[in-house]
Amino acid sequence: MSDTLPRDDARPLPPEAAMEDDVLIRVDNLVKYFPVRGGGLIRRVVGQVQAVDGVSLVVRRGQTLGLVGETGSGKSTLARCIAGLIPVTSGTVTFEGRNITNLSRRAMRPVRREIQMIFQDPYGSLNPRRRVGAIIGDPFAVHRTASGAERKKAVQELMERVGLNPEHFNRFPAEFSGGQRQRIGVARALALRPKLIICDEPVSALDVSIQAQVLNLLADLQREFGLSYLFIAHDLEVVRHVSNDVAVMYLGRIGESGPRDQVYDTARHPYTVALLSAAPAADPDAAAERRRIILTGDVPSPINPPSGCRFHPRCPKAQELCSQQEPVLESKLGDPAIHQAACHFPVQAGEIMARVAGRERR
Amino acid sequence: MSLTELEFQAHAAEAAPEQAVEGRSQWQLTWRRLRHDKVAMASVAVIAFMVVLAIGAPLFARLIGHGVYQAFTNTGLSSAGIPVGPGKHGFLLGTDYIGRDLLVRVLYGARISLYVGILTTALATLAGVSIGLVAGYFGGWIDSVLARFIDTVLAFPFIVLALALAAILGPSLSIVIGVITFFSWAGISRIVRGQTLSVKEKEYIEAARSIGAGPWRIMFIDILPNLMGPVLVLATLYIPTAIVFEATLSFLGIGIPAPTASWGGMLSEAQNYYQVAWWYVVFPATALLITTLAFNLLGDGVRDAMDPRTERIFAASKKRGKRKGTADPGALPSLTVSELGE
Repeated sequence: MSDTLPRDDARPLPPEAAMEDDVLIRVDNLVKYFPVRGGGLIRRVVGQVQAVDGVSLVVRRGQTLGLVGETGSGKSTLARCIAGLIPVTSGTVTFEGRNITNLSRRAMRPVRREIQMIFQDPYGSLNPRRRVGAIIGDPFAVHRTASGAERKKAVQELMERVGLNPEHFNRFPAEFSGGQRQRIGVARALALRPKLIICDEPVSALDVSIQAQVLNLLADLQREFGLSYLFIAHDLEVVRHVSNDVAVMYLGRIGESGPRDQVYDTARHPYTVALLSAAPAADPDAAAERRRIILTGDVPSPINPPSGCRFHPRCPKAQELCSQQEPVLESKLGDPAIHQAACHFPVQAGEIMARVAGRERR
Repeated sequence: MSLTELEFQAHAAEAAPEQAVEGRSQWQLTWRRLRHDKVAMASVAVIAFMVVLAIGAPLFARLIGHGVYQAFTNTGLSSAGIPVGPGKHGFLLGTDYIGRDLLVRVLYGARISLYVGILTTALATLAGVSIGLVAGYFGGWIDSVLARFIDTVLAFPFIVLALALAAILGPSLSIVIGVITFFSWAGISRIVRGQTLSVKEKEYIEAARSIGAGPWRIMFIDILPNLMGPVLVLATLYIPTAIVFEATLSFLGIGIPAPTASWGGMLSEAQNYYQVAWWYVVFPATALLITTLAFNLLGDGVRDAMDPRTERIFAASKKRGKRKGTADPGALPSLTVSELGE
């Protein structure tokens, strides 16, 4: 199918990209604040929702970066900033060596062909009034890369590639199941043959059995087309399954990042440890062995985040220093430089954290 | 899913199993439901009949042998100068105050009414949808300006403006069309704006932006199809309003100028004669009533056919049996139990 899909592979790489050629996209110190306006006539800005506050990350060619965090940690906002859907407050997004931060819509157009998105809600992300063929063919229509019979052929090939019956291109989204709808979303994202696909919780709305099918599809497509993924999820097992690297977000900041196995096996940040301990284990014996770390309280408001380390009010290891000084994201306890954690008191291997299930203070 | 839809699917499967891959659009589903609505179908028939009469008016006039402006001072008026009644001297519906054939005048009146009703509604819908989409999609100061403009138009005393314009420029067809259009688009705009505000927050709009679609493409290809339902219903219900609006203006003498036949104008003339010539009032008024009623009932039918809730209300009314009449008549579909069960 790759022969017939319209794409010019001859696009040259910019010179900067050659220097760090395995980096596809680099996010530096990205900040996104949403203003909070007061009531009344003048609607003064009375505060800022600090949705993303100084996040740096890198997605490598052909690899997957998993981004985990609780609801409200700023994952989706970060994704929309990177995709250029909402303007960035400060910081830069560099794609193949080119700064694409806050480009105008016109300037962003060619970049859109390279960066596509898969959305969380398979029901909300497809226009209910348009036929599936039109939805998947939209990228071709917008970028004028194919029309008429050629477009229809390309759409049907895409449908076949993502495991849909190409005969169904005349149906409406309502006639498909959740998993099939998500395949439609994948086909749409794939249409322009992008280099990076941002997957914003692509399987969290799906049944577990369907999740596996969609994840396998994404893995197949990655192999076939050399795609890179920024994979956002709150399911740690899903992220472990798909990612090469993992970044853990908490309240708009990265708490810990590094290669998957290092983050999962030797987590340094107490938040990562708590998240990992909360994930259900499939093996009941292993589940009985585990000590869950119960975090108390809710995620604090991003309008008025805690001082110092943003995790300190809920952290079992928190000390005086944590509320005063913001920890730097760096490698801890002799970890390799690529495994970094932002914590003053990183967790040692085998360490049992103070507050564990059963002994929780009330 | 109703019995009817199941039945349709069964039919479709029998007739053409290979064609089953094509999904039914909103319009196909609406049409299927509408077709089983006897009241709406009767309204369609009445409207079609009126359209035929209006288009064929010159032909009918020639067949009858009476011109629309032709005053029959000898046969059309009694010796006392009063209009003659229906059936006398070959005037099927009688004559008017200067002896013109009332039937021919009513037929010509249908031309004006339908022309004004449909044209102004089309213009108002076009303007209303465009302005509502732009206001809702772009938001910010554009929305503030347009929304205040809509409020101003809706608050404006339209009769006063029409009177003033007619006084300055003299009554004419184009002023009628202009005034009715000007006072009709704002209602449509307000609905479209509200719907746009809700639709533009949907994830599929974000998906369209992530593909690189521009604002106009998003407005007209992604948002508009989601608004067509309410717009169509509203437009169908605006046609009778516009027809009555035109009749009102003509009745007040600020609409269609005198020699041209219009239902409102005829009713105005009839004011001085209704005691001696009942037909002068009854026939133009009946024509106006039937036409507006047909459009209103069709509009209700379209709304019910468009709204999937209809079937649920219907199911509830079926359970309640004959208590149907006590419920809110506005919320009830015009279908009956037996119709759907067939």
